[in-house]
This record gives sequence, structure tokens and C-alpha cells, in this order.
Amino acid sequence: MSASQASAVMGEPVGTPQYNETVVRCFTVATMFWGVTAFTVGVFIALQLAFPLLNFDVSFLSFGRLRPLHTSAAIFAFGGNALLATSLHVVQRTCRTPLYGGPEVAMFLFWGYQLFIVMAALGYVTGITQGKEYAEPEWYVDLWLTLVWVVYLIVFLGTIMRRKEPHIYVANWFYLAFIVTVAMLHVVNNISMPVSFFGAKSYSLFSGVQDALTQWWYGHNAVGFFLTAGFLGMMYYIIPKQAQRPVYSYRLSIVHFWSLIFLYIWAGPHHLHYTALPEWAQTLGMVFSVMLWMPSWGGMINGIMTLSGAWEKLRTDPVLRFMVTAVAFYGMSTFEGPLMSVRAVNSLSHYTDWTIGHVHSGALGWVALISFGAVYYLVPVLWNRDRLYSIKLVAWHYWISTIGIILYITSMWVSGILQGLMWRSYDDLGFLQYSFVETVAAMHPFYVIRAIGGVFFLLGSLIMVYNLIRTIQGHTREEGAVTRFGVAPAAAE
Amino acid sequence: MSLIKHKFVETNISLMTVLVLVTVAIGGIVELVPLFTIESTIEKVRGVRPYSPLELAGRNIYIREGCYNCHSQMVRPFRDEVERYGHYSIAAESMYDHPFQWGSKRTGPDLARVGGKYSNDWHDLHLKNPRAVVPESIMPGYPFLAESDLDVADIADHLKALTYVGVPYSEEMIAAAHDDLVAQADPDGDWDAVQERYPGAVVGDFDGDPTRLTEMDALIAYLQMLGTLVDFSQYDADALRQ
Amino acid sequence: MPTKIEKDSVTGVETTGHTWDGIQELNNPLPRWWLYVFYACIIWSIGYAVMFPSVPLGTTYFEGTEGYSARVEVEQELAAADAAKGEILNRIATSDLEQIRHDDDMLAFSVAGGGAAFAENCVPCHGSGATGGPGYPSLQDDDWLWGGELATIQQTIQHGIRWDKDDDTRFSEMPAFGDGILETDQIEQVANYVLSLTGHEHDASAAAEGAAVFEEQCVACHMEGGVGNKELGAPALNDQVWLYADNYDAIVNQISKPRHGVMPAWAGRLNPVTIKMLTVYVHSLGGGQ
Repeated sequence: MSASQASAVMGEPVGTPQYNETVVRCFTVATMFWGVTAFTVGVFIALQLAFPLLNFDVSFLSFGRLRPLHTSAAIFAFGGNALLATSLHVVQRTCRTPLYGGPEVAMFLFWGYQLFIVMAALGYVTGITQGKEYAEPEWYVDLWLTLVWVVYLIVFLGTIMRRKEPHIYVANWFYLAFIVTVAMLHVVNNISMPVSFFGAKSYSLFSGVQDALTQWWYGHNAVGFFLTAGFLGMMYYIIPKQAQRPVYSYRLSIVHFWSLIFLYIWAGPHHLHYTALPEWAQTLGMVFSVMLWMPSWGGMINGIMTLSGAWEKLRTDPVLRFMVTAVAFYGMSTFEGPLMSVRAVNSLSHYTDWTIGHVHSGALGWVALISFGAVYYLVPVLWNRDRLYSIKLVAWHYWISTIGIILYITSMWVSGILQGLMWRSYDDLGFLQYSFVETVAAMHPFYVIRAIGGVFFLLGSLIMVYNLIRTIQGHTREEGAVTRFGVAPAAAE
Repeated sequence: MSLIKHKFVETNISLMTVLVLVTVAIGGIVELVPLFTIESTIEKVRGVRPYSPLELAGRNIYIREGCYNCHSQMVRPFRDEVERYGHYSIAAESMYDHPFQWGSKRTGPDLARVGGKYSNDWHDLHLKNPRAVVPESIMPGYPFLAESDLDVADIADHLKALTYVGVPYSEEMIAAAHDDLVAQADPDGDWDAVQERYPGAVVGDFDGDPTRLTEMDALIAYLQMLGTLVDFSQYDADALRQ
Repeated sequence: MPTKIEKDSVTGVETTGHTWDGIQELNNPLPRWWLYVFYACIIWSIGYAVMFPSVPLGTTYFEGTEGYSARVEVEQELAAADAAKGEILNRIATSDLEQIRHDDDMLAFSVAGGGAAFAENCVPCHGSGATGGPGYPSLQDDDWLWGGELATIQQTIQHGIRWDKDDDTRFSEMPAFGDGILETDQIEQVANYVLSLTGHEHDASAAAEGAAVFEEQCVACHMEGGVGNKELGAPALNDQVWLYADNYDAIVNQISKPRHGVMPAWAGRLNPVTIKMLTVYVHSLGGGQ
């Protein structure tokens, strides 16, 4: 390692400001907690699909109520806390200034966001829902989240305004786009008329086809800006930090940032191919999804190529392996997405488990793995530890969760394509070959495999939580020459 | 490409915020606004009407239980779907759906045309214990719906709230909302009045227990009208072009 | 921090000169392949948008050069599918049910087509083997509520049973004998009599009393000896086929407060040819008369 590189990466500038790390620690712990919750509920509802008796004929345990609990816990609770944790960490460090608004506002942000999650979750299990996917919380929860989100935007922008660096780092562009766009999506998609001021129920402003497109404009860009742009922001910080290498291409980050955020917004209609949405809108949704392919891959290139000259670290540093594997899954998902948005492909994949598999290659492979990488990076920094409790456990977590993801995705590919083909299958005489319920019965083995994959993923996350708790406690497991960056190069030889 | 100019953006957070907002707003505006202005978006067909109070209550139970997580209400214009489910769905059929319930996953079959496909008694049995009638089913059981009395007190407020978002319930409909709701599931109810206000509404006791008005009654009343309002024999594909 | 462009020691590429929390950026150019694929996607997209409906224009939209509409296409596809089935579909449409049944080709075709329609539409009630279930009659046996001839089966499928929305639906209603028509002990006696008709365990003296009550109240529909009446959908009580259950309690319940099966009318939902094929299929299941 050259002298300039070492000083650039490791050196703390003189006179480090008093960063607000308390709130980042809180969000980090919440990330772990909600992650395990989301995975547990996910495993449970996966088992319900394999063994329907597990619905127990009880309203608050039935699949229809728990599935929104799972999706919201995964996206907004686990993913959201991971984004808040890292964005508040990154914006302080890359602007060399403490959070705008001070510790009180930061703590309001933390508790306000947790309250949003709890209110939403309580609503789901008691049947309070708007009935729009990923936008299920009712009007009073939406209003509360709007308030919290505005505070978030103010804290984030205020911190950038007070930055000590002349330029704004690329990670913050992505976080900014995430915060601004999610605000826009959330407000427009949730406009509704409450039945009464004291009741939970409301009716959405839009109806039918307009409501459908508004919803998928929202839903697709929850993926685009919450789960993509936000996590790209995370990636742009933790990969260079963990790999101790400069970002591959500044120009690529500019071009892919602006093209990504411009194109993504148009892609929503691909969720409504062949529906009663007018065809001109379907076409726009499809072609913009195809054009989105390369802008999405720009992030992958910048993430993976940041390792150029440091590939050997993948052998010795399982935390970095998490991050790079996440980027690989990101690349795969953002290729699969445009593919599935092509109308001919979508006619087969839509309404089937293929979509579920695709979502999870993104959610488990990209969002969760990059978040695990981020948490493994953050905890030693935030709690001032030399290294994680155990690198070996990180490696175990890596392999167990990767196996889990592969079981999940492959079983859903097979079941989705199988069911899609069965639906449109004709016998020699030209009659439908399978009744619907026969295609349901054919899904059973894949639902079992999927649930097993989920169990693997959950187990891995429990290993992580154990490892991180021991790290926070200040324990270290004797594993030879180990640093924050994995097995020390000398020991690895 | 003069990327040097990007310096102005990445050193000015206000400029960057405005540019981001403009960039992300364009796609949504171009796609969403024309859905309100292009005349062929909602097909011109006869028969679509607002939900009757009982159907609306049933629809709210459908939403509450998250049925949309596993059932679509959108038959696509494919040969296999038309042969399996019936005529493909059109936008007009969900014009009073706040929110839409087209769904995104078919763990169970599409329900856009389930109305009139089965008897009330079958729905009742099936909802209480799906595997009693369809052994391969993986649907949860909903026996509690038959145990729960339907909450009818504020039904007029629901209709009223819907008028604010554009559903053409008349004053008369709102005034009669409670009576219509009760009558639709009452074997001795004033069915003519209900069907005059809500043509094609399915009337009768739905859950096999005429002495009680339950959530099961409401949900089955909703299911039994799904996809039944438009007579598609009157329209060909060109008339339905969007 | 002042801009200080350095050269990365590993790759030899220059940095942009900025440092954020120790992170630097290299000034690598855009990968060529990336840019070209991006351009290719854009060009392809423009081409696609020219061919298909795409651009909204105020109150209308650009329809594309291909005149494409999925709704028009599926109608053509459905017509083509019928055409592919060939002449036999026309023959079935124009033949009567007896002709279809006695023509090997039409019979085989109808059993296939009717079977497919049955699997999707009828199995939920009548079961996957058409073996029925409580309240939903088996179609495998020769015991018919409303008749097992081709014409009566077709009538039942077209118009349903007790289906309010169809004016030609089959209808009958067994009175609720528990609502003041019969005393409780009379109902119990009739139940014993009904059990006796099929040799089920019963109280002989009660059954004898019940026979008299049956004579008075039940024969009008269920006929002498409980042989049933298909004109009225009154089930035979003298065979081993039971719609609900063959035990004393179930029979008492049915007499006191009868349940009435409902079957939807399928005319309108299924096309006439499909209903014909379905009729022949059901007739072929074993019990056709």
C-alpha cells in the first residue's frame, strides 16, 4: 500500500468534529432487530403457503394480514433503519460536520420512525390497511411518517449545507434522491379521504386505473429510490471504506446517477402489463425499464471495479465479500427486472412466483447483504472496537445466507415459470390442460424449499446478531491475526 | 460531455435538490396526468354502478383481510385467461374502486369474474374451511367472519366519504344506506328498493343464517357481484380500445 | 480540503483530487461497452415506441405504426383457436346431444373439452372426481336429483338450480316441517321410517308410525316408498346415496329445517358448445341415462 493511499483512507483529519454517533447506533441496533423480525415473519408466511394449517383460522395470524407485515418490516423497518443509520453516519463523515438540528432532533427522528413502524404493524395485524401494496398504512400513520420524513430531509439537507468539504460526495446524491423522491411518492400515493376523524378507515383519492398507475408509480419507485438509490448511497461509502480503495469512476457516478433517477420513475407501468391500463402507458413502462438497465449497472460497475487492485481482499475479508456479493445480486436483479418488463416475458412471469423470486434476489441478495456489510462495518466504528468479535462467524453468516438466497430464488424461478406455463398449457385438442387448483398443488415442493431457504437466511442473521452483540460488549474471539478488514494479509498467505 | 460543469451542481445543495426534484417529477407527470385527460382511458360501457352498501362493507372486509395479496381482479386479454375466467377486465369496471384491487399475484385464482360462479352456500363453506371443498387449496380459513356481526352503524359516512372522492352516490342513497345494507341480506327485506338503486345487486341471505347480519354476509355479497355488471356481448374489441 | 489530484499507485489512474472521510475517486472514463449498450437500449426503445401505442397527446395518444391492441389480438386468437379445433366444433354446435353421444369422434372431443371445463368450473363443488360432497351430489352414480338424461343434464347446467337470476332455473322447496307443520315426535318417526327404507338401524315401532306421516306429508314429492321424483328434484330416499348424511340426526335436521342446494346457471358464462360438451362429459361419467 502506497503512502498516499494509506493516509487517504486511514487518516482521521485533525480536529475531528463531534459527530452524533448515538443516533446512528440506535438506528443500527434497530436495523438488526427489525431485520430478524422481518425474516422471522417471512419464514412463517412461507411456511403458511406450504402448510396452510399454520393460519390457525385466526384473523391476526392469517397470511393476508401477515404478508404486509413481512413486506413492511423488510422494506421500511429493516431497510429503512439501515438507510437512516448509514445516511446519518455518511452525511456527517463526508461533510465533516455533526448532524444539523442537534441530538434532540436526531432522537425525534429515531423514535418517530420507530413509532411509524409500530403503528403500521399494529394496523396490519388488526386489519387496518389501505389495501395498496407497500402503502398499506392508513391515513393517520401516513401523516405521521410525512412529518418524520420532513424532519429527516431537513436534518440531511442542513448537515450538507454546513459541510466542511467543498463538494458533496456521491453517496449523498443518492441519499438525497432517495429522501426527496420517497417524500413525493408517499404523499401523492396516499392522498385519501378518511371516513371520520376518529376512525382508521379512509378511501383513496384515485380509483381504478388511475389509482393502479399511481400505486405502481409509487410501488416501483419504492424499489427504485428506497431499495436502489438509497442503498447505492450506502454502497458508495462502505465499499471504498472496507476495500480501502478509491471509487472507480467519478464520471460514471455522475452519468449513472442522473440517468437512473430520471428513467426509474417512468418504469412503474410494467407492473400493469396487459391489464386495463392503456397500452401507451404500458409501452412507456416497458421501454423505460429497458433503458434503465445500463444506468442500474453503472452502480454495479462502480461498486465492483472499486476493488480493482484489491481483489485478493475478497479471500481474506468476509465483510467485503458480503458487500461485493450484494452488488453482484444487484447486477443480476437489475438485469432480470428489465427482462421481466418486456411484455412477452411479463405475460408469463406476472402473477407468478417468478416475481416473488425476483423481488427476493433484490431484497435478500442486494438490500440485505449490503446492509449486513454496512452493519459489520459500522458496529466496530460506532462502538470503537478494533475489530468484530469473530471474522469466522461472519464467514459462516455469509455462506449460510448465500445458500438460503440461492434456495429461495431458484425454487421461485422454477415454481413461477412452471405455474405460468401450466396456466397457458393446452392439450392436443386445444383445451386448457390444467385447472387452476392443479397448478396450486404443483407448487407445494417449491414452497417447502423456499421456506427452507428462508430458514437458512434467518439463521444467518441470528449468527450476525450474536456476533455483533459480542462485538458491542467488547469481546474478541481468538482467531489469529485478524483486523477490521478480515484476516491480516500476512496471516492469509 | 462536459462533466466539469457538474461541479456547480455538486457544490450547491439547493441547486442539486431542485434538479433532483425536477428530474424525478417528469416521468410521473407525463404518465399520470394523461390518464385523466385521454378520453378512451375509461371505456364507454353501460352497467357499472357504485357498490351497494352491503357490497361496499364486504369489499372493506376483502381489503381488511388482505385478499389482494393472493387474488388478482384483472383478467388479462389472453386466450387462456379468457377461457379460464371469462371476458378480460376493462378499466370501466373498476372506476369506482377506491382503492383498486387488481392485485399482483395469483396464489389463488383471479376473482374479477367470480360473481355468480358459485352458490352462496359454497362461498360460506369455502371461506370457513377452504379444504372442505377444495382439498388442494392453501387458502387460510375465515370462520371468524361468520361469527362477527357486521358493523353497520357508520355506513352512511362511508358513502359520504366516497362522494368526496368522486363516487356518484346520491343524497337518497346516502340517506337509505343503512336500510339498504340490512335489506340486501334480509330474506324479508325490501329488495326492490335495493335493486332499483343498485341494479343487479344480489339479494338474499348469504351465510346461511338469516337471523344475523355477519361479515360473512357482506363479503359474499361483494364476491357475488364481482364482474357481473357489464354485458360484454354488446361490445367488440374495437369499442374497448384504449 | 484543497483539490489535490494524485495518481493511484495501484492502477495508475488519476484521482479527482477530492477526499471525503478518506474516500477518493478515480477519474476513469465511462466504460465504452457500457455506453454503447446504453445507446443501443435507447435506440431500441425509440423503435418500439414508434411501432406501438406510446406517446400521450392530451385527449388522445399516438397509436403506433402497427395498429396493435392486445384486446383486438386476443379476439383474433380466440377465433383462431376455435378454427384450429376444426370442423368438429361446428358439428357439435349443430348436432343434438344424442347424435354427439353416438358419434365416436364427437364423443371423444366432447369428453375432452367438457372435462377441461369441468375441471375449472365444476370441481370446486362436485369434487375432482365428480364424486361430490355433503350437499353437492356425486355425478358418478346413476342417482339423479333432476334427471340423468342428456337433455335434463343440459337444462340443469344451463339454468342452474334455485338460481334466482335465471328465470328458467330449476326450483323446488321442501317445507320446513319443524316450523309448526309436524310435531317433534312425528319428525322423529318419519326419520325412523326413512332410515328403514334403506335397512339402516331404526326404531321399528316409530318407523311404523312414521310411515303414516310420510304417506300424508311426503309422498307428494318423494313418492310412494320414497323413490323420489326428478320433476321436483326430490331425492330418492330408498337408495344408499345421500346428499347430506345417512344418520338419524342429519335426517331429522333436514326434515325440520331443510337445506336447499343451489347451483349457478352456466348459460352466459360458458358458451353453448362448451355446455353441450360438458353435458356429454357429465353424462359419460357413469350414471348417464
